[in-house]
Amino acid sequence: MAHEHKLAIFRGLVKFKSNTAKIWGVLAFLTFITAIEVGLGITKPESLTGTYVLGMKLLNWIFIILTLVKAYYIAWDFMHLRDEKSSLRRAIVWTPIFLVCYLVFILLFEADYIYNIMKEGFVAWHF
Amino acid sequence: MDSTVTTGTEESVWGGGNKPLNASYGKLMMWFFLVSDALTFSGFLASYGFSRFKFIESWPIADEVFTHVPFFHGNFPMYYVAFMTFILIMSSVTMVLAVDAGHKMKKNAVIWYMFLTIIGGAIFVGSQAWEWATFIKGDYGAVETRGGRILQFVKADENSRAALADFAVTLPEERIVHKRKNGVWFDSEGYKTSFSLNEVMEGFKSNPNILIRTEVLDENGEKTLLNREQSLKKLKEAVAVVEGANLVHNEYGNRLFADFFFFITGFHGFHVFSGVLINLIIFFNVILGTYEKRGHYEMVEKVGLYWHFVDLVWVFVFTFFYLV
Repeated sequence: MAHEHKLAIFRGLVKFKSNTAKIWGVLAFLTFITAIEVGLGITKPESLTGTYVLGMKLLNWIFIILTLVKAYYIAWDFMHLRDEKSSLRRAIVWTPIFLVCYLVFILLFEADYIYNIMKEGFVAWHF
Repeated sequence: MDSTVTTGTEESVWGGGNKPLNASYGKLMMWFFLVSDALTFSGFLASYGFSRFKFIESWPIADEVFTHVPFFHGNFPMYYVAFMTFILIMSSVTMVLAVDAGHKMKKNAVIWYMFLTIIGGAIFVGSQAWEWATFIKGDYGAVETRGGRILQFVKADENSRAALADFAVTLPEERIVHKRKNGVWFDSEGYKTSFSLNEVMEGFKSNPNILIRTEVLDENGEKTLLNREQSLKKLKEAVAVVEGANLVHNEYGNRLFADFFFFITGFHGFHVFSGVLINLIIFFNVILGTYEKRGHYEMVEKVGLYWHFVDLVWVFVFTFFYLV
């Protein structure tokens, strides 16, 4: 049972006085990120939807990165992985990350291939 | 040396009671369950990504699908889901506060925070049910072509979506109801749309202001709008009227979108629902003083992990269904 809490977030940039204060601080941060996501989702700035990075809109990359940031703070502070031993943390975090990256990689490549077949091959499906 | 195995004499290494990860059995098993559950959800979301990349040029635009807020009329994309996300994060916060109060052995504080968490979860499940009901009911209606593609209608002068009721005519048609005695296998009729295909077709022909919008996205990421002649030609391919969404038809576009929506948000909603039930059990245990007697509130911490996990999954569902 890890009763001692590590109270610093952002690599020690922000230090909280108590665990409760840290929880509210993380909530404020998560709400802020969600607000940015919703704001961008509603306005859809031209500069972000028009730019493509690695075949995907820059806006979508921003959404995905912000989601991962949110996931990090939920796991680290709400699920208090920050207070666990690093061996436990690594076992829990890197296993799914590796498997998911692999799965997403093969599935999206395959999907893109099928998309090209349906577009350029002689397959009629849009009728 | 934070991560190394506890060292000691041979007896204490092999004699049991050794905790190399410094976590109890129950907590470790909860973590392993969550890892496997995370992989299940990842499988669903990855297959959603697969279907989406396969139909990248014609996938429905989420902003046009989820536009409703309860008790308000009008077009409000995203606001309600943002509210749901906030509710879930908020209930996560009350859950951490309950765990924190448990560490300090403050029974009454744990009770209150657990109670608030349960309320938050209930609001979320209720919102999801409402979201489903709205999605199933649909809003404008569309027609489906022979190839299973969806054609939607647009008012040319206002450049806004047209509902079937805006232009369809009422014809004195007779419907032959399929009865049990007419078939070897009896199939029930299923749902009946408010207009027949003929009524929609006739209404379309007599109303020059209505155009057709196909599923295909143009280079600006918007649905392709056909002109009047193209629309008239395209409408000949229609075979059925579709209102709302279910597992077979989907007025918003690709039917896979509806299938994945029902499956993934349904599976997540089921997790939230069971989370609320488990929270309720623990809540009553806290009131009864079970953990006070046991001397620690680790049970609250374990259900807390599950509850945060549900929140964590929603963060991803929110991104991939509503934002991206």
